[in-house]
Amino acid sequence: MALFSNTAVLLGKELRTEFRSRELLTTTVVFILTIVILFSFTFQPSGNESLRFGPGLLWLAILFAASLMLQPGFLREQNNDTLSALRLSVSDPFAIFLAKLVANTVFLLLTEMLLLPIFAVLFNVHILAVFPQLVLVFFLGSVGVAIPGTAFSAISAQARMRELLLPLLLLPLLTPVLIASTESTAGLLDAQPALQGKWLGFLAGFDVVFLTALWLFGEYLLEE
Amino acid sequence: MTPTSFSPTGIRFEKIDKRFGGLYALRRVSLEIAAGECVVLAGRNGSGKTTLLRIAARLSRPSAGTVNFLNGRGERSEAPPAAGFVAHATMVYDELTAEENLLLFARLQGIAAPAACTAKLLREVGLEERRNSLVRTFSRGMRQRVAIARALLNEPAVILLDEPATGLDPQGVSWFAETLRGLRDSGRTLLMSLHGESEVSNLATRAIQLDAGAVVADTRTGANFRSILTFANA
Repeated sequence: MALFSNTAVLLGKELRTEFRSRELLTTTVVFILTIVILFSFTFQPSGNESLRFGPGLLWLAILFAASLMLQPGFLREQNNDTLSALRLSVSDPFAIFLAKLVANTVFLLLTEMLLLPIFAVLFNVHILAVFPQLVLVFFLGSVGVAIPGTAFSAISAQARMRELLLPLLLLPLLTPVLIASTESTAGLLDAQPALQGKWLGFLAGFDVVFLTALWLFGEYLLEE
Repeated sequence: MTPTSFSPTGIRFEKIDKRFGGLYALRRVSLEIAAGECVVLAGRNGSGKTTLLRIAARLSRPSAGTVNFLNGRGERSEAPPAAGFVAHATMVYDELTAEENLLLFARLQGIAAPAACTAKLLREVGLEERRNSLVRTFSRGMRQRVAIARALLNEPAVILLDEPATGLDPQGVSWFAETLRGLRDSGRTLLMSLHGESEVSNLATRAIQLDAGAVVADTRTGANFRSILTFANA
């Protein structure tokens, strides 16, 4: 129970500090909107082109935004060595990861929910009928991005070439999540929308495997 | 500081090695610090003071050797208490207020009545009126007061201090020395590395000098004691 109460307390701290400074959300939202608007100008989005390119471009934008958003997670804990204070205070270090993971997922989902209607207008796609299914895909995809992202953020924060290290570690590992998320999104934006079970299952499996790995080995990532 | 309840606790380091890659930060360090001692660690930069303190706080694992906490009779404590840790870095969040910081860590540590505990500590460190101010608006001295309040939340019997007074102005150092005197006189065990704070080092009951990761002097009295403290003040 201490794990969940510590996680809840830390999540409150993560949300409070972010909503107070709006550092991550502002940067990411501006960045992701710029990318999507730029993409929409590169071709005239007819129905067919939007369906071919749209989901891939959407998840590419989310990937860029995520790599911006995930970097400061543990880096901010280095400023005043607050990570040490957290390690001295929590009974289970996994609580530190879990809180950051949930916060990162919430921030990513907020960004995506803001992005989705703008994407629909710019790329001329209909999302209302499949909105609940899209939310499910975005949720599983965002968790899939946030789990390794949070873990690698902890590793890279202690490294010298941290700005280089996080994308270098993260991007290859996220390729399967991006493929599954893109395929699932494409299935939902199709003329005959369908929730693709195999890709959703893959996303759920990826999330479970990496969350379990983080739970088992996360403590070692925080050690000096 | 208000008298509180804690069990007198000492620390025993046995044959501690700490390597970072091929570099030894500590070599075969064996020390026993009795409950209630106020020990100053002195040594040049890179002599291993911070590493030893972080190992004692369990923030870093030794490459070899063991650290045990001892009860008042000098026996190994089965349930080692959490030590209070104060460093040069404040270990509190700039974007939270003083009160929010203390409440956060009190709740994480599962302290009963965190609001009352926080209010009491803010009063004791003289920040009651600024409790709702963001820490980033504080001076260095005020930040360090928050840091001390954070370290005392769980009423630790052992307090580890890593160059805690660096950067404080003379008034800040005086306040800090008085606070540490109160903690020492209450029976807490203090282990601290210092860098040029004479008022603070005057509290020491024992001085240990480290060089290249090894203990080269350990004394409680005499000319050598003064000489090590002078080194700490250099």
